Amino acid sequence: MAFISSGYDPKEPMKNRVTDIGPRKYDEFYPPVIAKNKGKWLYHEILEPGILVHVAESGDEVYTIRCGGARLMSTSLIREICEIAEKHCDGYLRFTTRNNIEFMVDDKGKVDALKKDLSARKFAGGSYKFPIGGTGAGITNIVHTQGWIHCHTPATDASGTVKATMDEVFSDFQNMRLPAPLRISMACCLNMCGAVHCSDIAILGYHRKPPMLDHEWLDKLCEIPLAIAACPTGAIKPAKIEVKGQEVKSVAVKNERCMFCGNCYTMCPSMPLSDKEGDGIVLMAGGKVSNRISMPKFSKVVVGFLPNNTPRWPEMTDAIKKMVEAYAADARKYERLGEWAERIGWERFFEKCELEFTHHLIDDFRDPAYYTWRQSSQFKF
Amino acid sequence: MKHATPLIDQLETGPWPSFVSDMKHQAEKRAKNEENIEFQIPQDVVEDLLGILELSFNDGTTHWKHGGIVGVFGYGGGVIGRYCDQPGNFPGVAHFHTMRVAQPGGKFYTSKYLKEICDLWDLRGSGITNMHGSTGDIIFLGTTTPQLEEIFFELTHNMNQDLGGSGSNLRTPADCIGQARCEYACYDTQALCYDLTQEYQDELHRPAFPYKFKFKFDGCPNGCVASIARADMSFIGTWKDDIKVDQEAVAAYVGGEFAPNAGAHSGRDWGAFDIQKEVVALCPSECIKYEDGKLAINNRECVRCMHCINVMPRALRIGDERGLSILAGAKAPILDGAQMGSLVVPFVKAEEPYDEIKEIVEGIWDWWMEEGKNRERLGELMKRQGLQKLLEVLNIKPDARHVQEPRSNPYIFWKEDEVEGGWERDIDEYRKHHQR
Repeated sequence: MAFISSGYDPKEPMKNRVTDIGPRKYDEFYPPVIAKNKGKWLYHEILEPGILVHVAESGDEVYTIRCGGARLMSTSLIREICEIAEKHCDGYLRFTTRNNIEFMVDDKGKVDALKKDLSARKFAGGSYKFPIGGTGAGITNIVHTQGWIHCHTPATDASGTVKATMDEVFSDFQNMRLPAPLRISMACCLNMCGAVHCSDIAILGYHRKPPMLDHEWLDKLCEIPLAIAACPTGAIKPAKIEVKGQEVKSVAVKNERCMFCGNCYTMCPSMPLSDKEGDGIVLMAGGKVSNRISMPKFSKVVVGFLPNNTPRWPEMTDAIKKMVEAYAADARKYERLGEWAERIGWERFFEKCELEFTHHLIDDFRDPAYYTWRQSSQFKF
Repeated sequence: MKHATPLIDQLETGPWPSFVSDMKHQAEKRAKNEENIEFQIPQDVVEDLLGILELSFNDGTTHWKHGGIVGVFGYGGGVIGRYCDQPGNFPGVAHFHTMRVAQPGGKFYTSKYLKEICDLWDLRGSGITNMHGSTGDIIFLGTTTPQLEEIFFELTHNMNQDLGGSGSNLRTPADCIGQARCEYACYDTQALCYDLTQEYQDELHRPAFPYKFKFKFDGCPNGCVASIARADMSFIGTWKDDIKVDQEAVAAYVGGEFAPNAGAHSGRDWGAFDIQKEVVALCPSECIKYEDGKLAINNRECVRCMHCINVMPRALRIGDERGLSILAGAKAPILDGAQMGSLVVPFVKAEEPYDEIKEIVEGIWDWWMEEGKNRERLGELMKRQGLQKLLEVLNIKPDARHVQEPRSNPYIFWKEDEVEGGWERDIDEYRKHHQR
C-alpha cells in the first residue's frame, strides 16, 4: 500500500492549516419538512411501535421510523443506511441519543414500503439489521461504552452484554406493554462513559481485585505522586521495593481499602486490575433522568456481582428479565421502575424480582451511606 | 477469516442487530476489496479486531494498552491513542487509535455527508465506527499514527468538519432533537448547542481545565439527552407562564377519541382513559382540577414536570414565556460517587447572542480553573466549597428554589462582614465584666 498524501505537509504543519471550525451546522442536514416546520410542531402520535407521526401547525406531517442499531457499526452498514435514506427519504436520516436510527418521510403513503424494506434486511447470521421499535412504554436501545473492543480499563464487554440483553428483551423493543418507558444502560467500568447511574436498569462492569504492582517498571512509567493522589480512599502509599537485588521506588496498596475503581490504573499503567475471575457485572436499578411526576433518581445496586460468563452472560440476562417481568406485572400505568420500587418498598422489590439481598448492597461509602439506612420502624414483613 | 472466533460467533444469532456479523462482513469486504481501495492501514485490521475480541471473550480481560500521547498538531484532544498488548498475534490492530469527530446538532445527516465520512474512513482507517460515542461524537475506531494528520487535513479541508473533545477540556456538546421535531422543546437546543460549541472552540481543542467538562442541552424537563445526570452544565428548557389548554381536545381524550400519551401505552389494555386517576391524581404539586368537563391548572403551583402534557399532547402545550434552567455539577461515580446536577439558574431566556448564558459559563469556568484541583470535576468542587460559594462567584442571589430543603444542621460558616461589629474584640475589655 502506497502512502497517499491528503495534502498535509509534515515539514510545514501550519501551512494552510484549518482549525477550530467545529461540527457541521445542524441545519445543513435538516430534511425539508423539518426545516420548514421547526419550532412549529403541534403534537405527535406513536402509530405503532417504532413509528411516529409529528404534525405541524402548517398541517405538514413527518413520519418517523425508528430502528435499533448496534452503535459499533461498519462503514458497510452506514453505506446501507445511506442507500435506504436515498431510496425512501431523499437522502436524509438521523440518529437518536440512544443509538437508534431514524428514517423520516413526509407522506404516510411512503411508510409501508420503507417499513417493509427495513424489516426484510438481515445480517448473514440471521439477526435484523434494522429492527423497528424503541418507542413509548417499552424498552428502547441500550446506551453503552466500548468494553473489550477498544478500552484499556473495562471489567466486561459492552457490545456483547448489550447484544445478549437486547436479544433477551427484544419483544419489549417491539411492543409497548410496560407501565412506562424502561431505559437500560451499560458501562464497562466505574468511569461510566455511558453514565448509567440514572437508568431504570444499569449494567456495570466491575473489578474485584486490587491492582497488581509492576514494581520493576512502576517508577519508569508513572508519576508516583499522581498514582497516590489518584486513590479516593487513600489506599496507596509510596514504598521502596527490592526487585532483582535492586531497590526501586514503587508503591504499596492497602488491599482492604481498595474499592476497585481503577483510578490508579488510569494514572499509572503499571497498576493493572483486570482479571478473569475478579471482573464481572454489577446490576443497578430504579434510576431515571426525567423530571416527570417524581424527580430524577440515581440507580441503586441490586445485584452485587455476576460473572463474565461469555459470550451471553446468562446470569445477567436472567436477572434483568426477572426485573422487567416483575415490574411489568406489578407497576401502575406511568410508574417508572424506581417509582414502583419506592412505592412497594425495596424489601418487596427484592422479593418480587427474586433477587437476593446481600451485605454488598448496604452502602458504606462515606456520608451519603447513612442516609440510605432505614431510620424508621416502618418496614414490611 | 484469519482467526477462529467460536465464542463471539454465538453473538450472530438472535434478533438484535449483531455487531459480530457486521464486522465479519466488513472484514470480508476489505479482503475482497472490489473497489481497489489503496488501504492506508492493514487490510486485515478488522480480522485482527475480531481475533483480539475473541481472545478477551476467552480470557475475560482487555487487550488494549493505556493511551499513549498521539494527536494532531495544535490540539490536545480529539484523538485517543490505543495500542494492543498482543501486537505479534494481531499486527493489524497493533496501533489502533480513536478519533472523535464532532457530530452535527440533533444528529441529522445527509447520505452525501455520511458517504464522504465512509470514503475517508475506509481509505485511512479500519472502517469501524461508533454511531455514536457516549458523549455524542462520531467515533472513528482504529487507525495508525501517520494517518492522524492526514485524516484531520481531509476533514478540515474537504469536509468542513472538525474533531471533537477529549481529555481535560470542553467535551463535544450534545443536544436533544428539540424544536426540529418536538413540540415540547422550550428553546432551540441545536442553535444554543452550536453557538456555544463555536464560541468555545479553544476550550474544546486545547485542554486547560482541571478535568473534563460537559455541556448538554435538553429542550424540556423530560430530559432526553440526560443532561441532569451527565453534564457539568445542564441546560433544561422550561417556561414561566401558563400551560395552554385546549378544552375540546381534553374532551376528546376523556371521550377516548385520542389515545393518551400519544399512544405510548397501546401494547396493553389499560382500560378506558381516566383523567382523574391518570392526570389529576398524578400531578406532583396537585395543581390540576377536572370538574364539569373542564380542566383547570393552577399554574402558579405547577412544577413543570411534563406529565400532563405528555399524557395529553394534543390538549396541553408548554407556555409561551420560554427559556431554560441551568443546573451544574452532574457526573458519573469516579471518584466520589455519582452526582446529579444542582439548580444554579432557575430561569434565563435562551435568545441569541446568549450573552447572559455565556456570562454564567465563563463565571463557572473562572472559579473552577482557579479553585479546582487536578482531575476535580465541577460537581466535586461544588461539594468541597459549597453551593453558596458558586452562587456567590456568579453573583446569583440565593433563594429557596436552590434547595430541596434548608439545612438541618446549624453549622453556618458566617463571614466576618455579615456579623455586626466584626470579629476583632478586646479580651481585656471582656475581662472587665467576666472574671477568669
